[in-house]
Amino acid sequence: MQEVKGHALLTNEVGLHARPSVKLTQLAKRFAATVEIAIAADGPWTDAKSPVKIMRVKAAKGETLYMRANGADAEDAVRALADLVNRKFDEE
Amino acid sequence: MGEQKNVGIVIVSHSAKVAEGAADMVRQMVGDSVPLAAVGGNADGGLGTDVGAIMGAIDKAWSESGVAILVDLGGAETNSEMAVEMMPEDRRERIVICNAPLVEGAVMAATEASGGSSLDAVRATAEELMGG
Repeated sequence: MQEVKGHALLTNEVGLHARPSVKLTQLAKRFAATVEIAIAADGPWTDAKSPVKIMRVKAAKGETLYMRANGADAEDAVRALADLVNRKFDEE
Repeated sequence: MGEQKNVGIVIVSHSAKVAEGAADMVRQMVGDSVPLAAVGGNADGGLGTDVGAIMGAIDKAWSESGVAILVDLGGAETNSEMAVEMMPEDRRERIVICNAPLVEGAVMAATEASGGSSLDAVRATAEELMGG
């Protein structure tokens, strides 16, 4: 299985705050693949399905969110997460 | 998937306002896919907790997958334990009281539950908040 990577710029005002964190976790949980995010291309990586760990990432507007996934639906997972970030978490 | 019901969340505070506010946060941040009940205050409407009211909240948030309870201080925990003990035997083992902060724990537990996670996973996520 090949690892799929992606990234997206945080452009919403609050960045990866509480509510966006919850949305990101809920979305990641829909995929069977392991999904991780980081605020640098080389990590450290955080389990995107863990609400507590994602809440602690605290990335701000203007930072780039990196994603990587492993599993059958890894590509869909990375695309969906990048979409969510690009849509400003549907909050603005 | 689909058929499996999400774990329910019960919020028990000494204050009805705190319980209601915490439930508002869960609803707004997590959505409506998780059975949720919040209870606070004693039988006289003052600060405190009430075993019967907690049992009612467990019933309201009941899910075949189980219920995770979040409590604030002392009496909320002991009265919740008592409420669990008074529930039908076949339900008791599917009710857990989380060792976690009330508001954050409720939001985190509900987030975990909204993804269809097991009761053990929901509790572990809430209690992860205590792990630093």
